[in-house]
Order: sequence, then C-alpha cells, then structure tokens
Amino acid sequence: MSIAALAQSMGITLKALFSKPVTIPYPDAPVPLKPRFHGRHVLTRHPNGLEKCIGCSLCAAACPAYAIYVEAAENDPHNPVSAGERYAQVYEINMLRCIFCGLCEEACPTGAVVMGYDFEMADYRYSDFVYGKEDMLVEVEGTKPQRREAAYTGKPVKKGYSVPYARAELEGVNPPKPKK
Amino acid sequence: MKAECPKPKVEGPKRLRLSVQKLVSGSAALAVGTAMAAQTVPADANATDPLWMVGIKAFLVVLGLLTAFAYMTLIERRLLARIQIRQGPNRVGPDGLFQPLADAIKSIFKEDLVVTKADKVIFVMAPMISVTFALLTFGLIPFGPKDAFFGYDPWVINLDVGILYVFAVSEMAIYGIFLAGWASNSKYSLLGSLRSSASLISYELALGISLVAPVVLVGSLNLQHIVNWQYENGWLILYMLPAFAIFLLTSMAEAARTPFDLPEAEQELVGGYNTEYSSIKWALFQMAEYIHLITAAALIPTIFLGGWRMPGFMEQIPILGPLFALPYVWMFAKIALFLFFFIWVRGTLFRLRYDQLMVFSWGRLFPFALVWFMVAAFVVAFKLPTAVLGWLSLLSLIAFSVYVILNARPKPSAVTRMGAGD
Repeated sequence: MSIAALAQSMGITLKALFSKPVTIPYPDAPVPLKPRFHGRHVLTRHPNGLEKCIGCSLCAAACPAYAIYVEAAENDPHNPVSAGERYAQVYEINMLRCIFCGLCEEACPTGAVVMGYDFEMADYRYSDFVYGKEDMLVEVEGTKPQRREAAYTGKPVKKGYSVPYARAELEGVNPPKPKK
Repeated sequence: MKAECPKPKVEGPKRLRLSVQKLVSGSAALAVGTAMAAQTVPADANATDPLWMVGIKAFLVVLGLLTAFAYMTLIERRLLARIQIRQGPNRVGPDGLFQPLADAIKSIFKEDLVVTKADKVIFVMAPMISVTFALLTFGLIPFGPKDAFFGYDPWVINLDVGILYVFAVSEMAIYGIFLAGWASNSKYSLLGSLRSSASLISYELALGISLVAPVVLVGSLNLQHIVNWQYENGWLILYMLPAFAIFLLTSMAEAARTPFDLPEAEQELVGGYNTEYSSIKWALFQMAEYIHLITAAALIPTIFLGGWRMPGFMEQIPILGPLFALPYVWMFAKIALFLFFFIWVRGTLFRLRYDQLMVFSWGRLFPFALVWFMVAAFVVAFKLPTAVLGWLSLLSLIAFSVYVILNARPKPSAVTRMGAGD
C-alpha cells in the first residue's frame, strides 16, 4: 500500500466532489433522449395536411408482437383523408403489446408511422393502453394519461424528456429541446 | 478579553493591537472594557459558573451534539454522494434538509427486537452506555475566552486533568461495544465486539502516547492552558507534526471511521457488535460513533491548531484583526474542516483488513508515537529551545515526503473519466 497512491486517490475523490453529478432528477428535470429514441408512435401528415397512412396494413404484418390493428376505407375523392386511394379508418396500437422495435416504421411504404419520443404511458385501465388515431396523429401532444392530467389541471402537457433535434422522419413533431 | 492572557510578555504588539481594536470597534471595546472593569480583581482562574449555568450549558452541548449528529448524517451522505458523482438524499423537505427527521422517525418506529436468549438488561444498557460516555467528553472543549458565553464561560467544565479525563471517558465507550456483543448472545456479535474492542484499545494506546508529547511540551493537561500556550508560542502542529499525524489517524480509528471502521463494517453481511441490534438501539450506536467523531474533530484543533484562536500575529493585521479574534467562529470552522476531512477520507479509502489494522497500530503508529515522545521529552528535559522541535517536525515531514517519493508507483495508464455526462 503506497502512501503516494493514497494521496492520489484523495485527489481523485476531491476532483469528483467538484464535478457535476451524473444523476438526472427525472420527474423534476427532463431526461435527455437521443434523437433515435423509440417512443410512442406518431402518425405523420404530408405538408398539405393529408395523412401519410394509406391503410395498407404492412406495419401490422411486420409487427412481431401483433400490436397493430388497421382497418382501411376508401377515400372520398372530393374530400380525401390520405394522399392515396385508401386511408386508415381505424389505426390502433396496443401499447402493452408493443415492444418498441420500430419494425412498423421500417415496413411503412409512405413513412406514415414513425417512432416518437413520448414514453410516459403508465395508466390504470387496459383500454387506455390501446392508442387510436386520435392519440397518435402529429398534432396530438403527449400520451393519454398526460393529456388527461393536462385536461384536469388546465395546464399544458408536461413532457419528461428533451431531445437535441427531431429526426427528419418525424415531420411536424417539435420535441422540447434541452436547456443550455 | 485581551487582559485575560496569563503572561503579557509582549507589551508593544499588544498595545498596538488594543489601539487598533479601539479604532475599529470603539463602542464594542468600551462595552468589553466596562465588563472587564467589573472584575478587575483577578478572579480565581478555576472559578466556575453557578451550577444552574453549568446545567444549561451541559444541556446545550448535548442538544447541539445530537443536532450535529443528525445533520452530520445528512451532510455526510450528501458529500459522499457528490464524491461518487451522485446527488444524495434530496427529496425530504427543501434540498433534503428534513432527511434526519425522517430517519429519526423511521428508526424510532421500526420493530425493536430483543433477542430471546439475550441478557436483556445489558442488551438494553449497552447502547445507552455508548452514547452517554460519548456525550461526556465534549464539555471540556473551550469555545472562547472566559465570559464569552453571555458573561459565562464557553465551556461546561474546566478540569486540570483535561486530557486524562477525555481518555478515561472515551475509553469507557468500549464497554458499550463489548457489552453489546456479549449481551447479544450471538457468536457473530461476540466476535465483532472482540475485534472492535481489540482495535479500539490498540489505537487508544497510540492515541495516548501521541498526546503525551504536546502535554510534556506545554506542561499542562488542561485544554485551556494548551490553547493559551499555542496563542503565545504558535500552534502545536508546528512543533508536533508527527504527533498531530498520529493523533489524526488514531482518532479516526477511535471514532470507527472508514479506514479503520472494523467495529461497524456496514458493507459486511454480518456487521459487527451491532448485528443483533435494530431500531433506536442501533441508532444510538450510530449516534455514539458520530459524537465521537465530532469530539475528535473538536479535540484535534484544540490541541494542535490553536483551539478557538487564530495565531497571535493575525490579530495585528490592521482591519481584519478583530475579525480574527472572534471566539466561536474559528472553533466551528476548524471543527467543520476536520469533519470534512473525515468524510473525504471515508469517501476515498477502503477498509483495512484486521491484521493490517493491528500491524498499522502496533507496528507503525505506536513506535513512532513513542519515539516522538522521547524526542519531545529530551528537548524539554534538557531545556533546549522549543524551535528544535519545530525543525525536527520539518525534518520528519521532509523525511516522510522523501520516503513517499521513493516508494511512489508509476501513474496508472488507464485514464479514469470523471463526470461523464452525455
């Protein structure tokens, strides 16, 4: 046991004492996420407002957990919902089954379903884990419990994460940026 | 305040200091002067306060120690956490300030087990013995000059056998540990208590011998005489560096702190003498340990670092002089310094194995303390100038540094990345 080594280790701990803790006090401070984080799915839209999803069910076919259910319907030519022939009348993802692997995103021919950043989906009822179109379209902020709480308190949805930038695929999604 | 100094040899600087003080704080000096005029007749040096005042002060000391213990746990956990680049407990109250309260409530309401086959009376008494004897020592430590505590003395008792009393009482704390292990009627507790008492007694030896040298030099066991001697002749650390180092290490062992914390080895599956203890009884042992630590942190500066005073020359600095003469601040600052040092060491070093512990005490500390005591005794007996001891201290420091440099290992090549965030 060398005394010089002991003194050196004292220096190391003193240096550590004055360094910033790596702990993130999560509910108080946002978790810094990477741009490619796999969170709650987002159903994106074209810049003209039409949905990208054409109801082809390829995502449902690719899903290893059988978490996706799609029901397609014909578009009204005068008032289309999506940019294709058909659109997804029902688009549901069971978030309890979903393993957030992102295969749906890879399978999607139009880039409609993209993995977003929301992850705070803990809830009480089974039915509240089945996310429909109304829960996943780009304009929807936050998850079901978050929106429920926001409606109850009257405050905007509080997101527990920050991302330096959103991937280009997440068209129209503006996640909170880390504060410098 | 100043007139209290026993031997006013240095007339010139003292007058200068007084005039400076008059300039800076005229009214305060006046108030002190009138207070002083009331007792121009030199009171008996050993005159004590009325008994009720001693009681109040004793109560305050106990209260302060218990509060300090509670908050030491918090401060220690926070500092250890920062050393490990974590945040530490910060959820209870603002910034975790009520954490000690939560801990206290928790430890009081936990199930209080008494082992069936235990010797019940002694089992219950052991933690009380530990805490009581831990609390008894602190009253000796002077926190300021005479009459600094609202006209009363800022110490509880002033004993001429001061240091002997400290040793006698802190040695008694070993009974708490030993009886706890014995009364638990468990072989693990007994073994733990045996090794604890063995290590504590071994270190007590080096502790005592290391303190004999300064006592011989000062010529008194009284802590206030030691403080005054340091005020006149300079801090004892200058003359007694080896004794200081040995006393620092052994007092860490006495308080069962990390490099020597075999008595209470938290990380071990079977802790030690307190294996069978739970709830508030276990907390009492913790309390005793921390109070020992605080007492050690107060005793080291009192004996080696000038006690509640800064060195005399600092009071002659023009404007800051009166600031350096403040009684309580420096004592608390020094206590805090040593407490921080103990926490820092705990955050850094590992626990010694039992045989290493014993070799370190009997093979290193004890002989060194003995040799240094002989040197000091030689210097005092042959009436050599005190400065010789200072030069010898410096020499020992240099020798130690050379030894360290000669034995230094090359720096490890693996670079530890610190504070890794994103």
